Amino acid sequence: MADAERTPGFDTLAIHAGAKPDPTTGARATPIYQTASYVFDDVDHAASLFGLQAFGNIYTRIGNPTCAVLEERVAALEGGTAALAVASGHAAQVIVMQTLLMPGDEFIASKKLYGGSINQFNHAFKSFGWNVVWADPDDISAFERAITPKTKAIFVESIANPGGTVTDLEPIGAIARKAGIPFIVDNTLASPYLCKPIDFGADIVVHSLTKFLGGHGNSIGGIIVDAGTFNWSRDKKYPMLCEPRPEYAGIVLHETFGNFAFAIACRVLGLRDLGPALSPFNAFLISTGIETLPLRMQRHCDNALAVAEFLSKHPSVAWVSYGSLPGDKYNALAKKYVPKGCGAVMTIGLKGGYEAGVKLVSNVKLFSHLANIGDTKSLIIHPASTTHRQLSDQQKTAAGAGPDVVRLSIGIEDVADIIADLDQGLK
Amino acid sequence: MNHDSYPDSYIRGILNTVKTVAMVGFSPNTARPSYFVFKYLNERGFKVIPINPGHAGKEFLGQTCYASLSEVPEPIDMVDIFRAPQFVVPVVEEALKLTPKPRVIWMQLTIRNDEAAAMAEAEGLKVVMNRCPKIEYGRLSSEISWMGINSRTLSNRRAQNLGGGFQRMGLGDGRKPGE
Ligand SMILES: Cc1ncc(COP(=O)(O)O)c(C=O)c1O
Repeated sequence: MADAERTPGFDTLAIHAGAKPDPTTGARATPIYQTASYVFDDVDHAASLFGLQAFGNIYTRIGNPTCAVLEERVAALEGGTAALAVASGHAAQVIVMQTLLMPGDEFIASKKLYGGSINQFNHAFKSFGWNVVWADPDDISAFERAITPKTKAIFVESIANPGGTVTDLEPIGAIARKAGIPFIVDNTLASPYLCKPIDFGADIVVHSLTKFLGGHGNSIGGIIVDAGTFNWSRDKKYPMLCEPRPEYAGIVLHETFGNFAFAIACRVLGLRDLGPALSPFNAFLISTGIETLPLRMQRHCDNALAVAEFLSKHPSVAWVSYGSLPGDKYNALAKKYVPKGCGAVMTIGLKGGYEAGVKLVSNVKLFSHLANIGDTKSLIIHPASTTHRQLSDQQKTAAGAGPDVVRLSIGIEDVADIIADLDQGLK
Repeated sequence: MNHDSYPDSYIRGILNTVKTVAMVGFSPNTARPSYFVFKYLNERGFKVIPINPGHAGKEFLGQTCYASLSEVPEPIDMVDIFRAPQFVVPVVEEALKLTPKPRVIWMQLTIRNDEAAAMAEAEGLKVVMNRCPKIEYGRLSSEISWMGINSRTLSNRRAQNLGGGFQRMGLGDGRKPGE
């Protein structure tokens, strides 16, 4: 922008951030740099790159210009200093925790999380010696009580999957700040269009790009955003950032890279050594998707609210959980954190229980019965007969996946068609 | 000058016009940030002269190190200060005694001394505080974007290659003078 002093708005950033015309060809769309590697200019250049003394590309496991466009775009939309795109939302969580925790350390996580994250934290992470301590987001003091000298981070979702529930970010962020540990927010369900967690105290934001940012259900991806807010050197608790790294001839990443050191650490230590790189083709599809994020997200919200209102009056429906619905338990939090709408995802309870859930997913003609959210298409799943099938009824209910529960991800089709499909499916 | 935030045009104007940079507080330890900046700016076409009394007379990347600014035998366009804030005033006092005077005083990321800045500005020098010239160069040339860093710049013009390699970009904004 010629007038660099003007601060661009969100919708402008969604289209332009990270994506200048290609320096080599002038191509206006972001080229797909489908290459594994990059020639060095000369031996000195190679040495500078490997020593982190120059900015540039070495090998696509560590960085790729198409992925970099996506990274800068999401960093700009979230208001962060930098980002690192990786192969999936789950990979993003692995890399964040590997950068922060040593074996035997703890982190506190909200009990209301995507089921896959609950599994990841309870099983895979424990096998690395990273011990999760669960806290109920409806009782903020639970987070404070859970802090021990071994606690290295707090992890929550801004809008939690599947519930349509909203997390009170600000006081949890304050607890993290007081304890001198970073506050990590998974912002997948809200997207930065609805909520910018950094404004409410997040030090690190993660996403499954698979969902609303990509937006079209065609690519798996994840991203880590560095808010640039955390002082990694203060208490010397984070050796990946504050101690000389033998991998890089003794440089201290926080001292060298300042307020984007966390993103650099995730890239040059975490991604380099663990390896879950994002394919440039997926990065291209996801950053193209982001160009329409503001339009899609508003439509998702408008449609979802209309559906929630319809279902809350439907004789076959016992309850609807959607934060933007007046009278919802999370309505006050929704007004504060996601005033433009509570996203696309909601859960509903059917009066007919398990049988009614199975019948609804079988009857629908427009909704797709599958395990995903955040597509342009409307999606439906009955957790009790699918993702949570192996649990006892008691465990299902505790996980918010009781026999009567159906999760909807409302698409951006004509809302009248979405409502008509649910209406006929509930008959 | 408001030293809380600088317009990109101000920083670009400085980096586009200075050639010879004296780096006070240079460390010959290749793992230190000052060495990173020294090497990077040298590779981007600046002549960076290391200043460190403990290493005077030695050469680093072909540049002779001097004990102090006044010993540098050529005109200095910019003084880049890698010293804690409380040591900045004497450095600026020394810089202001040079003939010709430098045009720019630059204090590194995390370093700010408003008294020193006012002294330099009173003599007509430009001042930048709490910024890193390597990061600013990387940001305005778009090189830093390869690392997923938010450059906080948008452009409808392509970044300009500096020549001498694929991954060295210049500071031009893709516009002809006056455009
Ligand atoms: C909130 C949330 N976080 C993380 C993930 C995991 O992301 P991915 O499937 O891209 O690994 C998901 C996926 O459903 C999610 O909904």
